[in-house]
Amino acid sequence: MSEPLPQPEKSATPLGTGLPSPWAALAIAILLAAYPLVMNALGQTFYIGLGSRVLILALAASALNLALGYGGMVSLGHAAFLGAGAYTAAILAGLGMNQAWVVLPSAFAAAAVLAGLTGAISLRTRGVYFIMITLAFAQLFYYLAVSLPSLGGDDGLPLTERSKLPGLRLENDLSFYYFVLGTAALVFFLLYRLVSSRFGRALVATRENERRMAAIGYPVFRIKLLAYTLSGGIAGLAGGLLANLSMGVTPHTLTWHQSGILLVMTILGGSGYFWGGLTGAAIFLVLEETISAYTEHWNLALGLLLLFIVLAAPNGVMSFTGFRRGEKA
Amino acid sequence: MLPLILEQTLNGLQYGLMLFLLAAGLTLVFGIMDLINLAHGSLYMIGAFIAAALFQQFQNFYLAVVLSILLTALLGALLERVLYRRLQTMSHLSQVLATFALILVANESIKIAFGGQPLSIELPASLSGTVNLMGEDLQYPLYRLLIIAVGLAVAIGLYVLVNKTRMGMWLRAGTSDRVMAATMGIRIQPLFTFIFALGAGLCALAGALLGPLLAVSVGMGEAILIPAFEVIVIGGIGSMRGALVGALLVGMIDSLGRLAMTGLLKSFAVSGAATLGATLASMLVSLLMVAVLFFRPSGLFPARD
Amino acid sequence: MFKKLTLAACFSTLVTGAFAADSVKVGMMTTLSGPGASLGIDIRDGFNLAMKHLNKKLGGLAAEIIVADDAQNPETAKQISERFIKKDKVDIATGIVFSNIMLAVGPAFFGAETFYISANAGPSQYAGAQCNPWFFNVAWQNDNLHEAMGKYMQDKGIKKAVLLAPNYPGGNDAISGVKLYYKGVVAEEIRTKMGQMDYAAEIAQIRADNAEALYIFLPGGMGVNFLKQYAQSGLMKKTPVFAPGFSADEDTVRGVGPAMEGVYNTSHWYREMENPVNKKFVADFQKEYGRLPTLFASQGYDAALLMDAAIKQAGGKLENKAALRKALETVKAPSTRGDYSFGPNHYPVQSYYLREVVKNADGTVGNKYVGKVADRLVDAYVSQCKMQ
Repeated sequence: MSEPLPQPEKSATPLGTGLPSPWAALAIAILLAAYPLVMNALGQTFYIGLGSRVLILALAASALNLALGYGGMVSLGHAAFLGAGAYTAAILAGLGMNQAWVVLPSAFAAAAVLAGLTGAISLRTRGVYFIMITLAFAQLFYYLAVSLPSLGGDDGLPLTERSKLPGLRLENDLSFYYFVLGTAALVFFLLYRLVSSRFGRALVATRENERRMAAIGYPVFRIKLLAYTLSGGIAGLAGGLLANLSMGVTPHTLTWHQSGILLVMTILGGSGYFWGGLTGAAIFLVLEETISAYTEHWNLALGLLLLFIVLAAPNGVMSFTGFRRGEKA
Repeated sequence: MLPLILEQTLNGLQYGLMLFLLAAGLTLVFGIMDLINLAHGSLYMIGAFIAAALFQQFQNFYLAVVLSILLTALLGALLERVLYRRLQTMSHLSQVLATFALILVANESIKIAFGGQPLSIELPASLSGTVNLMGEDLQYPLYRLLIIAVGLAVAIGLYVLVNKTRMGMWLRAGTSDRVMAATMGIRIQPLFTFIFALGAGLCALAGALLGPLLAVSVGMGEAILIPAFEVIVIGGIGSMRGALVGALLVGMIDSLGRLAMTGLLKSFAVSGAATLGATLASMLVSLLMVAVLFFRPSGLFPARD
Repeated sequence: MFKKLTLAACFSTLVTGAFAADSVKVGMMTTLSGPGASLGIDIRDGFNLAMKHLNKKLGGLAAEIIVADDAQNPETAKQISERFIKKDKVDIATGIVFSNIMLAVGPAFFGAETFYISANAGPSQYAGAQCNPWFFNVAWQNDNLHEAMGKYMQDKGIKKAVLLAPNYPGGNDAISGVKLYYKGVVAEEIRTKMGQMDYAAEIAQIRADNAEALYIFLPGGMGVNFLKQYAQSGLMKKTPVFAPGFSADEDTVRGVGPAMEGVYNTSHWYREMENPVNKKFVADFQKEYGRLPTLFASQGYDAALLMDAAIKQAGGKLENKAALRKALETVKAPSTRGDYSFGPNHYPVQSYYLREVVKNADGTVGNKYVGKVADRLVDAYVSQCKMQ
């Protein structure tokens, strides 16, 4: 499977860097900023917490999108990075360190280091072999977390209080939402700069034709490894936020099921589209929340809906929208 | 010590051969149809549930196994015609999403049909009990020997099918270059339906045979999906020989490894040896996969380079 | 789409969300999908049966039961707890099967001053240092059934035993629970992989150990897998199996089949218990659902009976939380297991019994009462509890 089959219509993701217009970004920012105020006014504070969860998983899915959509690296092990960030946050909290400006960068760093190390080995393989080796690494960390009493085993690690930020009480759902939104905005801005940079173009070009990129002198391995490391780091950052939202972390965050959900969110939204991760996370979580409130058999409805979506929009929901894919890089 | 090692070897063989039944279908579907089917484990679950339901209806183990294979193969063929044929032209990512959705649908449908409680399949008296293999030292369950025998028979049958028949020639041609095979006049669509039915039937065989050993319950498919994928990746995707070697390797590492890890640590008198040994043992197969892919990034027997 | 859906959902709740003051809302969050689903389904069905017997009222108040599936996922559970607290505004929550889920969502309920009546999960944390005025458990503390079996094995004079549990803290607790009372030789402590399917390797070790007894703690599908394979190895007679009740209830029997004959297990409840509440429960459960009730179902049933009795005693005034707590602590609620009372940590003080899986006269296989093992057993953590 080292060579793609000669089937041009099977191209995994849309070509180009899928850059959004600044106006779309602004509109999304305004919508997301207004959302909790509307919910608050309606007295539906529950949906503020749900909003935070959507944003956090959108970050994680966007992180995966960087590796998957832009770099063509299908990882079924991103739960490991999400979990690494979450466990880092919980361990630091256990040691009495709960300043957000220390906790979140540490979560990012821990996951990035993990992604860098495992990526250096995983990137020797490609295709389905890459999918499975990333899964294998994630399984290793899952069994480690379940078995080690110092990591709380099956119970995981609780967080007694949320991280602190000078001047903002994160215990409050509304301020936590804005904190998450702020972090997400920063990450999305940096991601935008990244994918539109020379590096981003080189990454997409490597996805499209690695051999040619190597032949004209690009260090393709390092390009992919860097993208994978950053992707892991951002997932770790999301994990740090997730631990804060859920007030703890359990090994469930590390399961292959969680990796699968992140993958599903990204593909659902549209891999390689800038807003693919956000769209996918929002659709998946809202579907899950709405359907499960109505029927015990929500998995059946969710499954059928996903099946319908994939048949109707094979390139993800974003392919329906006006967001144009960019020129071929 | 020797009987224990021999027993574990038999256990590894048995587990490995069962994994082979699943991996064989998976690797054919992947190798020839270029289709990632996460729902392969669901066919295994469906096969086991059909067998259990038939067993409870007729109280006849053999009938339940045979009928379940036929019905599941039929279901597989049907799914291929209705759904997988469309997925096949889509990207790998769409296939992942669609077959993930299919897992949800299969699990919930089984729960609606059979309830959430596990079902049981009982062995006929003639198959239960143990046999003495090394005098009194090694009593081994008769049924596990039977599973080994069936597994070996299927392995030989598949070998003959792939290497000695016209169908096998088409299969091999399809694996190495599908488009070329189609151009050369092999009718590829009926071949796909056949492969899918075969894969589903093998899943049902594994599910029904393991029914008396394992809980027939919702979610059993996912539990075996990962080992099955590990097998085909270790062996090399699309390669039947790779699937067999990979399956036996995973089976052996899993059962002998657990014995060795606990024994080894115990001899060093490490405190908490049981916990540490079990933790390491549960990581062995994942470590094996990482190691194999590190040295052979396309598995042990890549079907095409 | 996200906006539209949530907004639509909001408006629909605005319309239906208004509730009368003379009603009570119970949030039942339990595991209805995935490998652990059979336990949650039993708890829910037991609870629903009680609601039917109580004419859909708790303590005279019209009751609304909101059921949610946590899918054995702590993150999903967390989200449901938020929904229960902020959107549905439940008065009482119940239903969680697994301790790790309980620990993940407990603080949210306690922080919102919502009563949680556990129908299963009984983590040691909430029995000891983290005991909590909002948490009650009608089932048992996790270690109780292990301790009771350790006591039985000790009383029976077993000299050499093998202990087997999955490799996670719950498994460690099980083994230390047994060893608290069992003082004979432990030939081997085997730790298995979580979710393990094939136990041939462990069974080979057990055969080599030549012990008089095997203690297993393997929740859910793992227990079914192990017992099926163990029965076929022909060891059941030589090294009989001892287990906590939740590894040998009627669901496990249904999954394993007749091969399970001869497994001993401890429970705070058995089907033949001679009291009118239990007789009605067992008969109607079979009639309603067409299967035998398990201890999980009895716990779900008892949770509803406790809520009913306590609300009645508190005069139906849910807003007076102190009075309701007092009522929960002191009320003598009817129960399928007969008498039980709460210790200072809100965990039950009750008797434990030995059951054996036997073949009945009609050819079916099920648990049969053998005898009482422990009288009014108190859990090991209560001394660490300083209830506020």
